[in-house]
Amino acid sequence: MNQEYLSTYEVFVRSARGLDHKHVGSLHAENSQQALMYARDVYTRRSEGVSIWVVEAINITASQEEDVESFIEPMDEKKYRHASHYQLPDKIDNM
Amino acid sequence: MQTVEPLLQEAEFDQKILDEQKIEPRDWMPEAYRKNLIRQMSQHAHSEVIGMQPEGNWITRAPTLRRKAVLLAKIQDEAGHGLYLYSATETLGCTRSELIEALQTGKAKYASIFNYPALTWADVGATGWLVDGAAIVNQIALQRTSYGPYARAMVRICKEESFHQRQGYEIMFALAKGSPQQKQMAQDAMNRIWWPSLMMFGPHDADSAHSSQSMKWKIKRQSNDFLRQKFIDQTIPQIKVLGLDMPDPEIRWNKKRGHYDHGEINWDEFYQVINGQGPCNHQRIKHHKRAHDEGEWVREAVRNYREKQNRRENSTMKK
Ligand SMILES: [Fe+2]
Ligand SMILES: [Fe+2]
Repeated sequence: MNQEYLSTYEVFVRSARGLDHKHVGSLHAENSQQALMYARDVYTRRSEGVSIWVVEAINITASQEEDVESFIEPMDEKKYRHASHYQLPDKIDNM
Repeated sequence: MQTVEPLLQEAEFDQKILDEQKIEPRDWMPEAYRKNLIRQMSQHAHSEVIGMQPEGNWITRAPTLRRKAVLLAKIQDEAGHGLYLYSATETLGCTRSELIEALQTGKAKYASIFNYPALTWADVGATGWLVDGAAIVNQIALQRTSYGPYARAMVRICKEESFHQRQGYEIMFALAKGSPQQKQMAQDAMNRIWWPSLMMFGPHDADSAHSSQSMKWKIKRQSNDFLRQKFIDQTIPQIKVLGLDMPDPEIRWNKKRGHYDHGEINWDEFYQVINGQGPCNHQRIKHHKRAHDEGEWVREAVRNYREKQNRRENSTMKK
């Protein structure tokens, strides 16, 4: 079978209840049901998780790292968004 | 089979709760658990959103450019918190429009504190310090709530929340160490906001309608009175550092309990405000409706654009 005819799926695994699904890798599959089974067979061989998500890669809209400065502005000049920016009187130990 | 399966599902659910496992969106859950969560989480989301109003009134009147930037950043965070919480609530199978409608028709509640006006600049300080302070105490406990998406939203929110209280305290500190008039302004704001902040933790445990079931299901992890006491104990020393008078003459250290004693909360006022008779209830919902309606043309444009895109895609696919 020609691999080009298969779509790429990105695989996300939740390692334990209560945690986010985390990206673990990708694979080729003919449809999402198959992708799920392949992901199970490849990515969760040692009880890595309790739940798997597969997403066809073409359905992911991604920003480019080159654009980080213009797109995800680092906000370095907005120090006041961080708690450490605020000086508390010495007598206040935690807030 | 039909009778055994639900029982089995319920037993499995109970076991997960017992084992401190999180419940995730596609898990089976009792209908009442789902309802209870939707009520609490949407109420929480509405509070984040409505809470922007009293502070928002001060953006244009902030005393310096720095204070203005800080306040704006805080309020923007609260909009984000509303979004996280609405999205987490929607994993339970309800829609955003249902949630908004429940808010606007008064079916859903939000924290009663936001039905009080922010009268002076000191109110902005006292709100960040006390209201966000109380919310943080509550939210830290909720990081361990049993519903996964809610717990994860809380972790994110608590991280962002950390500067809100500090910026409020910074304002209060500047006023309390300023001129006699400024100090008086700080005192007055604290006196007014203190009691509604205590009410944020809800009724006494014995009178709380949803509490015992919520505790059993670990939606709530600590009781209203426990969290309220925790907030009081951590805040009294902060009042002393400001050099302000106590907002409640009955506050005194109880050596035997290892906690501060305090006066009784005016529960009549609490229920009046919750049930719509607070100073700003009407105004808050009216403003929300207006903002929502005024945004309709944007939503409409987005819908039309999407349809147009879809049509274009379909016609190129046919070729
Ligand atoms: Fe918030
Ligand atoms: Fe906040």
